[in-house]
Amino acid sequence: MLLIPCPWCGEREETEFHHGGEAHIERPKDPDKLSDEEWADYLFMRKNTKGVYLERWVHQYGCRRWFNVARNTATNEIVGAYKMGKKPPKGAG
Amino acid sequence: MVDPYLRQSPLAHLHLDARVASDGGLTDAAVILAELPHRGQLLLRGDTGNPTFRDAVEKAIKTGLPTTAGTVSGSSKGTHIIWQGPDEWLVVTKPGAEEKTKKALFLAIANQHAAVTDLSESRTVIRITGDNAREVLMKGCSVDLHPRVFGPGHCAETLLAQAHVILHQTVAHKTSGIPTYEIYVYRSFAEYLWTWLEDAGREFGVKVATA
Repeated sequence: MLLIPCPWCGEREETEFHHGGEAHIERPKDPDKLSDEEWADYLFMRKNTKGVYLERWVHQYGCRRWFNVARNTATNEIVGAYKMGKKPPKGAG
Repeated sequence: MVDPYLRQSPLAHLHLDARVASDGGLTDAAVILAELPHRGQLLLRGDTGNPTFRDAVEKAIKTGLPTTAGTVSGSSKGTHIIWQGPDEWLVVTKPGAEEKTKKALFLAIANQHAAVTDLSESRTVIRITGDNAREVLMKGCSVDLHPRVFGPGHCAETLLAQAHVILHQTVAHKTSGIPTYEIYVYRSFAEYLWTWLEDAGREFGVKVATA
């Protein structure tokens, strides 16, 4: 069980959250100009990091806000949580 | 809004008023449960960083918005505002006062990027108090309810026995420190949560009180 530090509510149990996959993936500005490979890369291809990974979480049964978490996928240590649009904490990602 | 004569509490079939009569006095109860049905509940959305919005709300309902996460402003017996998110609040009124409050808010935030939605029928409120009230909640809730961090005027949206609830501690008794909590639960979960609370409180002794 993870204790996830919601930037608004503080540390809460993992069951209150939903996981949202890799963070900082930007939608291409002009999808029509992409090749099928580039589009597939945007849609499906994700990193499979062993180590600190930047991912999105939503505090579903709390304040219902989306935010980012830097979590070590090997140890489950949470390096930090930060709001959408902010930069990851130092030493992460 | 539902016509008042059609309103029915989601716990109506448990005949809690008859339980109150048969439970007799409450002097020896360690856990006291009551339903507070039909409260007005208005969801308010708006920009907390905009003083025009904050002032308009405060002027309209005589209660300032809580801007600190997990806190409640106003009088817990009358109109109060529960923090639900950085741009989201639940305005709670006495039963029947929601229409008036909604109109006042609606006029106050007109022409602003803000919204008010009447959710009064969506949840009911269960009040729990008594010597062991906190222990009962701790059986199904991972939020730290120790008085050091969670006291009167604090609220948390969380899971209680897997049910999605808003917990609000209204008061703590002046001398004994016995807390009183109000639990906002979606009406389809209300019977489940009520029976769970009765079961969790059984070892201490549960009695039912009037609202």
